[in-house]
Amino acid sequence: MTSGLRGLFRGGFRHGVHPPDHKESTESLPIRRMPFPDEVVLPLSQHAGAPAACLVRPGDRVERGDAIGSAQGHVSVPIHATASGTVAAVELAPHPSGRWMDAVRIAVDPHSAQIPRPRIVPRWEGLDAVATRAAVKNAGVVGLGGAAFPTHVKLEPPPDTEIELLLVNGAECEPYLTSDHRVMVEHPERVHFGVRIMMQCLDVDRAVIGVEMNKPDAVARLRETVPEDLDVTVLPLRVKYPQGAEKMLIHAATGREVPSGMLPAHVGTVVQNVGSIAAIAEVFETGYPLIERIVTVSGPGIVRPMNLIVPVGTRARDVLAFCGGLTEDATEVLFGGPMMGAPQPDLDVPILKGTSGITVLTERERKPERSWPCIACARCLGACPVFLNPSRLGMLAQAGRWDEMTEMHLGDCMVCGSCSYVCPSNIPLSQMFSVAKSQMRREREARERHERAVAEAEASRRAEESEAAGVSA
Amino acid sequence: MDVSTSSLLASVAVLGGVGTTFGALIALANARFRVEEDPRVDALSDILPGANCGACGFAGCRAFAEAVIDGRTPPARCTVMSEGEREDVGALLGVDATVTDRAVARLMCAGGHDVAPRKATYRGIESCAAAVAVSGGGKGCAWGCVGFADCEVACGFDAIHMGPNGLPIVDVDACTACNDCVEVCPLGLFRLLPLDTHLLVQCRNLLDGDLAEAVCSVACTGCRKCAQDAGPELIEIRQGLAVIDYDRIELENPAAIERCPTGAIVWVEGQQFPLLDPAHGVASGHSTHPEGMLA
Repeated sequence: MTSGLRGLFRGGFRHGVHPPDHKESTESLPIRRMPFPDEVVLPLSQHAGAPAACLVRPGDRVERGDAIGSAQGHVSVPIHATASGTVAAVELAPHPSGRWMDAVRIAVDPHSAQIPRPRIVPRWEGLDAVATRAAVKNAGVVGLGGAAFPTHVKLEPPPDTEIELLLVNGAECEPYLTSDHRVMVEHPERVHFGVRIMMQCLDVDRAVIGVEMNKPDAVARLRETVPEDLDVTVLPLRVKYPQGAEKMLIHAATGREVPSGMLPAHVGTVVQNVGSIAAIAEVFETGYPLIERIVTVSGPGIVRPMNLIVPVGTRARDVLAFCGGLTEDATEVLFGGPMMGAPQPDLDVPILKGTSGITVLTERERKPERSWPCIACARCLGACPVFLNPSRLGMLAQAGRWDEMTEMHLGDCMVCGSCSYVCPSNIPLSQMFSVAKSQMRREREARERHERAVAEAEASRRAEESEAAGVSA
Repeated sequence: MDVSTSSLLASVAVLGGVGTTFGALIALANARFRVEEDPRVDALSDILPGANCGACGFAGCRAFAEAVIDGRTPPARCTVMSEGEREDVGALLGVDATVTDRAVARLMCAGGHDVAPRKATYRGIESCAAAVAVSGGGKGCAWGCVGFADCEVACGFDAIHMGPNGLPIVDVDACTACNDCVEVCPLGLFRLLPLDTHLLVQCRNLLDGDLAEAVCSVACTGCRKCAQDAGPELIEIRQGLAVIDYDRIELENPAAIERCPTGAIVWVEGQQFPLLDPAHGVASGHSTHPEGMLA
């Protein structure tokens, strides 16, 4: 009885929404390997932080796994060739962000066996934290859940914090997506191996793998395979969106709340996506860098939904074609799931390290275009997982009152879309907030530019004055 | 005399006394701490438009008037004044307030939907900022105008109207170079340029050659012909785009546009795009502008 109650309370967080998860079409499909495409497009910016610097020139022969871009600074990772072939061009190419960015195009060699060069597999036993982080960084590993934040940075918590718990994120709360689910079902040992390395690196005794209860097979497989010498708990979580958001997951697993503006490390936790954990395990199993990833291709607008393993840089067009193409009534192609995914106007965009899936929607899933005035029903307040007031923020956004939005903690909004999902007046709240965030960023940059210009003008004026004073003296 | 009348008289006396005392103090303070102000500041503020638009760079019309009287800025810095007001200011100050290096907002994009197709339909909040935030808004050219009229809304002088091809048309007579459109455009397509500069690259697309033309038939392909004809001091090809160095604009020459294969570089006289409504003066576009401004 007590454990039942505890399960109820621990496996959740307050607020949130319950969208239908639509995982049935791919959750039981084994991961398949897609044949190599003719061309891979590798943007130098696939991660949060500074873009990599290009190391190759058109005409260069590259083998699968060779570094083609080097990390620029701490918050950055290298980029590797994901297929053997010839560098066709280094030029601007469409990027899933909607802008065009510098990318390396590799014409894939159709006769190559696509076997990566033999490389040194790092020994994990007794490896210290610095060497582990270096190995993870050199392999180009980033968070595979979507944000693509460099993993080695997360493994180096701020000095004023003490890490007690490694939390592995297997919630996968976005509807349609099943790539993490399949990794947990098919490669639970790999997940545990990655957990072992991470626990050694972070020097923690305990790890928790949080999995939503709609994946009972994943929970069972992970539980069966937990190594005897590791303190790993597999924690079933309530099925609720956004259960996979870092702060929600921490609350569900530990009961602690990450304060506004703070990191998970400040409550003694490091969170890693289960896909990233598996990628780290592969680095220490094979020595290969992050050159391929698992994507779920799903949604009612796709002919044959699949879980695929594809080389990073494969164009969306090739992936969709392999899945039988789009249905007649397909209208929208999203990178990611329907809640937080980014709509793609151009199917030539490549799959990036952080692309967890492609969801194709049809006219039926689309919300009506019209929106009605706010009726102050406060459903969005009950949905917001970070306890903001989306209704009020929406009104401020419409009036362009960015400063007041900052005061109302817009910075804590992760644009999860729960408010837009529940709004009976169909107000596009989360889009308003992402616009507000980008406007605030632009204004801040403009202010900084202005202050720099004023400071420079002031400095040159002072220099002139002192020169004039020098002349007169 | 009953109680109520006497209390009434007492109140009147007390309040009157207080009033008189403070009135006397104010009069004294006024005599003692008086600030002598140039009467021309008042006179000049009366003539100025009073819109407090800030285009001159001062906090408002009054601050601008003070700066003019102090000799810190020429009166021509106010770009909003009408011709009549300019003459009045000239008469008041005994200077020529009409000669001005007037600037107008120019759009560095000519890719309306007749020449730059869309790849996808955008459905969402109807504003440029919102459309650009959603994977670029679906326009084939990621640098070009998305046409949701944020600039038209932001313009406080009714100088910007959306044209039939989805591009904003700036009315050069109404534009005061207040910078609002420059700030609001999420793609940074507006630039303030002196009215008497003519050479303009109506493109910000960084793609080269055929790639650029595939997304917009009037895109700059970075072919270098204009740079060869106008001289590398004036035009530089930077990342597939011709960039004019406006610090050396005195070198400009219509020859620069002659061999442009797409028409991305243009020679603008007055209006950049023809005005919509004949009442606004289509006749003045492309042909004439006040002679004084060319001098």
